Amino acid sequence: MHSSPIITVRALVKQFGRFAALRGVTAEFAAGGLYAILGDNGAGKTTLLRALAGLVQPTRGSILILGTTNLRAVCHELGYMAHPSLLYDEMSGMENLSYFARLYGITEDRSCAAAMTAVDLDPGLTRPVVQYSQGMRQRLSLARALLNDPEILLLDEPFSNVDAPSAAAMVSLLAQMRAAGKTIFVVTHQASLLERTADEFVWMDAGQITSRTASWGRCEST
Amino acid sequence: MSKPPGAVAGVIQATLAKDLRLEWRSKDAINSMLFFSLLVVVVFSFSFDPNAEESRQIAGGLVWVAFLFAAVVALGQTWARELRNQVLDAYRVSPAPANSLFLAKALGNFIFVAILELLMTPLFIMFYKLRALGPAWQLIPIAALGTWAIVVNGTFFAAMSLRTRSREIMLPLLLFPVCIPALLAMVNATTAILTGELSAKFWIVLLTTYDVVFTIACLLLFELVLHAE
Repeated sequence: MHSSPIITVRALVKQFGRFAALRGVTAEFAAGGLYAILGDNGAGKTTLLRALAGLVQPTRGSILILGTTNLRAVCHELGYMAHPSLLYDEMSGMENLSYFARLYGITEDRSCAAAMTAVDLDPGLTRPVVQYSQGMRQRLSLARALLNDPEILLLDEPFSNVDAPSAAAMVSLLAQMRAAGKTIFVVTHQASLLERTADEFVWMDAGQITSRTASWGRCEST
Repeated sequence: MSKPPGAVAGVIQATLAKDLRLEWRSKDAINSMLFFSLLVVVVFSFSFDPNAEESRQIAGGLVWVAFLFAAVVALGQTWARELRNQVLDAYRVSPAPANSLFLAKALGNFIFVAILELLMTPLFIMFYKLRALGPAWQLIPIAALGTWAIVVNGTFFAAMSLRTRSREIMLPLLLFPVCIPALLAMVNATTAILTGELSAKFWIVLLTTYDVVFTIACLLLFELVLHAE
């Protein structure tokens, strides 16, 4: 993990009407780290991730990614996997990836096939995504987020509804990506899966980061 | 962020191809539009039973109102696809320009409504015993300009009403008032050609101006709509 921050969040507040989903989040994240973002439902994990992806406009505060607050300028360096699949059910895996690849200016099907293979899916699968199992859909969703070879990966609940061997394979893939210098944020309720892989466990509660620990237990507050 | 024209064209092409593929597989929009228009043709022909002269006077209005209502069905479907599984977020996080998505959607809707018009026009002619007394070829630019007027605004307002609670009601509420000048031009131009009494030139120019103005306005504003929360 490098020492220079790739993401700096300052006094980030996000309000939905009268409800504050984020209440003054301030944090720095170094490049090349794998961060597990943990917390109860409603803690603000997903909102933080969506704010980093540029999908949510902060009410107050700022987000600096790769040295800029203009997130549109660095969106090609971001890979985002949401809780919903962000896939077209009526199209096959390759058709989905080919379309999303074009949005990043990638025209070769090789990249799509490689992304599918990386998540242990067969690029030759012709059936529509609606016929995929939930686990396959999750893996395809991860493949979509990897398509543009992003510097920063934002993953929201990537292991939910995935069987244990597939989840382990996904963790192993994330470890490889982290080793390749990528910065990875994983919102999850299954922290145990990342026990040996994550560099930091970021705990959130009531819209704030309450502690950052090197291990899964909440021992080292910062 | 400005994009090279090739990249913009590539995104438009990919999005349009994707939409056509999805429609080919589901046939959601085409089936609903066809069924709706067919009902209008049949119900009105039995209700009024006009003679040839009366038909020429009312057909313009009837045809365009039927196409406008039918188009609303297709317009709602186009964006509904992007809401399922929140696919629109995948577009929003990508560097693809908002205008490419808008143009691809508008072109897709244009194709769907044009197909509907091609299929329904012979039925309208048959049921209302229509024969143009003016220059019939002018109906082609009127149809193209009128259809674009409907779909360009419809695509924009359908996207705008996407996140509202009752979007099925919001779309016609927003679209129909804005479409009134275009509708007036379409109906009057069509009637002028069918009756052969007046020239449709003024209405065609008006329709062209309307299309240019609203296409530019929609293109300028769509990024705000796409990234609105």
